[in-house]
Amino acid sequence: MTPIAFAFAHSLPEILLAAGALVLLMLGVFRGGDGRDWIISELAIALLGAAFLLLFFEIKGSAVVWDGAFIDDPFGRFMKGLVLIGAIVSLILSLDFMRREGIDLFEFPVLVVIAALGMLMLVSAQNLIALYLGLELMSLALYVMAAFHRGNVRASEAGLKYFALGALSSGMLLYGASLLYGFTGTVSFAGIAQAFQAKPSLGLVFGIVFMLAGLSFKMSVVPFHMWTPDVYEGAPTPVTAFFASAAKMAAVAITVRLVMTAFPGAAPQWRQIVVFTAILSMAIGAFAAIGQTNIKRLMAYSSIGHMGFALVGLASGTETGVQGVMIYMAIYLVMTLGTFAAILSMRITGTYVENIGDLAGLARTNGPMAFFLGAMMLSLAGIPPLAGFFAKWYVFNAAIQAGLYPLAVIGVLASAVACFYYLRIVKIMYFDEAAPKFETASPAVTAVLAVSSLLTVFFALWPGPLVSAAGAAAKSLF
Amino acid sequence: MFGFGLLTGLIVLPLVGAAFILCLRGDDEATKNNARWAALLATLVTFALALWAWRLFDPASAAFQLVEEKRWAGSGLVYKLGIDGISMPFVVLTAFLMPFCILASWESITTRVKEYMIAFLVLETLMIGVFCALDLVLFYLFFEGGLIPMFLIIGVWGGKRRVYASFKFFLYTLVGSLLMLLAIMAMYGAAGTTDITVLLKTAFPSSMQKWLWLAFFASFAVKMPMWPVHTWLPDAHVEAPTAGSVILAGILLKMGGYGFIRFSLPMFPEASQYFAPLVYTLSIIAIVYTSLVALVQEDMKKLIAYSSVAHMGFVTMGLFAMNQQGVQGAVFQMVSHGLVSGALFLCVGVVYDRIHTREIDAYGGLVKNMPLYAVALMVFTMANAGLPGTSGFVGEFLTLIGAFSANSWVGFFATTGVILSAAYALYLYRRIIFGVFDKPALAGIADLSAREIALLAPLLALTIYYGVHPQPILDACAASVAGLIRDYDAALAAVKVAAAAAH
Repeated sequence: MTPIAFAFAHSLPEILLAAGALVLLMLGVFRGGDGRDWIISELAIALLGAAFLLLFFEIKGSAVVWDGAFIDDPFGRFMKGLVLIGAIVSLILSLDFMRREGIDLFEFPVLVVIAALGMLMLVSAQNLIALYLGLELMSLALYVMAAFHRGNVRASEAGLKYFALGALSSGMLLYGASLLYGFTGTVSFAGIAQAFQAKPSLGLVFGIVFMLAGLSFKMSVVPFHMWTPDVYEGAPTPVTAFFASAAKMAAVAITVRLVMTAFPGAAPQWRQIVVFTAILSMAIGAFAAIGQTNIKRLMAYSSIGHMGFALVGLASGTETGVQGVMIYMAIYLVMTLGTFAAILSMRITGTYVENIGDLAGLARTNGPMAFFLGAMMLSLAGIPPLAGFFAKWYVFNAAIQAGLYPLAVIGVLASAVACFYYLRIVKIMYFDEAAPKFETASPAVTAVLAVSSLLTVFFALWPGPLVSAAGAAAKSLF
Repeated sequence: MFGFGLLTGLIVLPLVGAAFILCLRGDDEATKNNARWAALLATLVTFALALWAWRLFDPASAAFQLVEEKRWAGSGLVYKLGIDGISMPFVVLTAFLMPFCILASWESITTRVKEYMIAFLVLETLMIGVFCALDLVLFYLFFEGGLIPMFLIIGVWGGKRRVYASFKFFLYTLVGSLLMLLAIMAMYGAAGTTDITVLLKTAFPSSMQKWLWLAFFASFAVKMPMWPVHTWLPDAHVEAPTAGSVILAGILLKMGGYGFIRFSLPMFPEASQYFAPLVYTLSIIAIVYTSLVALVQEDMKKLIAYSSVAHMGFVTMGLFAMNQQGVQGAVFQMVSHGLVSGALFLCVGVVYDRIHTREIDAYGGLVKNMPLYAVALMVFTMANAGLPGTSGFVGEFLTLIGAFSANSWVGFFATTGVILSAAYALYLYRRIIFGVFDKPALAGIADLSAREIALLAPLLALTIYYGVHPQPILDACAASVAGLIRDYDAALAAVKVAAAAAH
């Protein structure tokens, strides 16, 4: 195989998405008419699905291609799979919503595909430049998506806020990258790792700090979380689902990859940062969510807390820790998509509602939905035997094995506090008097809700495939 | 079947019943009745299976029996079940009490009957699982999973302050259990497995033991509940529906005691010895203080709840005395308390269904109209007070003997609790059953119905039967307890030898 063919073979999903996004764009533009979606969304779903399948048909093993900018390895494939699932399901959720809100423009699915492409490149980045390219490709698409509902003030505000703060974080990331480059003389992760063999200089440590600050913003980890509640609340709900699922997966994946492959020699330095942000995220995610009345804001704080839990696994810095993070993210993906499907099912007389109080007495008006959402909430709270418990088990287990006892104790106590607001939703659905009934949700949304809920409920019966896949994938980073 | 054994059957059967009820359609009276009958049938079959397991069980052996083990598909975890003489009585007790709970809810629960029955059946599965699990993670799964159905039972079908009570119950128990979860992870790291049979033989370093012991203690002390973390119990009891109280007092509290016997004592012997004075102190405070608190209660359920805390004080005291009488007495006390307190809550339910209040002052002179009820309540009250001839006596007596031989001061203070328990039990009985029968609300109150007689008669018979013939339960756990104490003493002796050698 020629080198170029070899490189193509290893980056087939990305190339497919890049070409596909352009074709879809052309299709949308030259079809003329009113710029409506037509079947672009469905085509985009098929395109993303094809990219997902390609992940499995690719050559096995790891390979670095494109002049050391791009790595194709089991870890990347695992996380890319999660990203694509997030993108596909978010698009499925958006079909009905966009039409009802009158913003079913063809640009939206194209933007989702471009963002997904950016995420895949980000996950596979093997040097600082590829990292930045992937990150910006993803972010620029996300800025537009956040403000996609142009007529809506809240959405515009969310988009603007996200853009301003996102630009700031990109700046920090670039600054960190330039420090790393300046002190090591290379942009490749492997080269940086070599420079860290000796005791890292102050400049390198500064580089790490700024890089992690920039990435923390994308992961919405405290203290870079301020944008999350506003953007989650303001953006159209399917876009929020996309932010909470696919974007999170990519950000966590690149953070894990960067820390594990570029900074293995600086474990004490980055571990401090990760432990610090993990503790703050778990605490803020738990306490700040208690007072929320808007379910999208609540999910924003919940996601902050969950990123904190995922970072607990990363803080251990071991292979089991990385495996834990991957299992955590996979299970979190299912739970978060299911919850947003439930939020999209909250519609009274044609308008979408977002208040937690609107769920009152749901057990009486819509038993199955209450059960599904209830299971999701208890799973997010980490109550066994639901999937969320296993997610926490693997990350905390890694932390304990690495001797991070205080972190683990703070973590479980935060999860007990967080449990309160998840229980509150169960309480509102099951204990309170019935509020007005929701309209019947579209079959696609209901299916997403049901499937993800059943996955969390029955995960305990057959955890093997996910755990062993994550284990094999984690191995490739070490 | 499918390579699974009897114990899996015990765990799955209630779930089958729950799945069947889930499939019932409609919300009319007939459907509700179908749900009730299906639940009753499922619990009865489970009970029959539990009895069969008891028949297969060999009490002469201290080893785990009916063991089944399956790899838990690639997760690094194991699905392993088995019972020994300590868990056997609890499995049977759980299966035995469940039909009573279903029967007790027959008429008092009229809304969302299907969901109620499903919650109870799922709860049964989880409770039996707790006592059968031979893998720590599996144990934790069942132990913690039980919170969800109980949370719903209290919150959906409970009294006025049900929301407060259900949250308090859930969060209290959760915090304790989460610390235990971390300890489980640490044990997994140290021993490389979560198999309980292996961990029982693992000697953990003594500094680690203390931390692990404290973490497990946090969980079991809340569950038990021990003073001062008992405050969730009165709230939960008062607000829970009758059957919920029965299960709470009858089974859920026993999980704490079971945890002490299964994990704390054999796995951390040094720490157990080190912390025994702490447990004694808390037990005595529980016995004396909560008995006094029980004396002044105005709410029947609250009074019984506080008396439960006092009785559990005897259990922890007996356990940490760590001799044959103490531990066997503790096991017996737990089984007996499961029967007696369950029956007492059923008795409260009987009058609550009629008058809809649990205020003691609202009653008086019930013996006039309800002679049968008076007899039943008397037997259970006496058993609660530990009168010889009832099952309550045996457990208290044995734990006190155990405590006296371990530490006579502990025994001395605990014995005052016997007097106090007689005081509050008899005082309650006098205020409800005797006195003037002049309250207008009580006029025309009917005696026990056939269903209620069927409910209370077996419990009454067993209370007296085990009072005069405690042998079946004591024999069942004798060998396992003896093995437990032998290993415990051997571990402590080994430590002593090591310490002497180090000098």
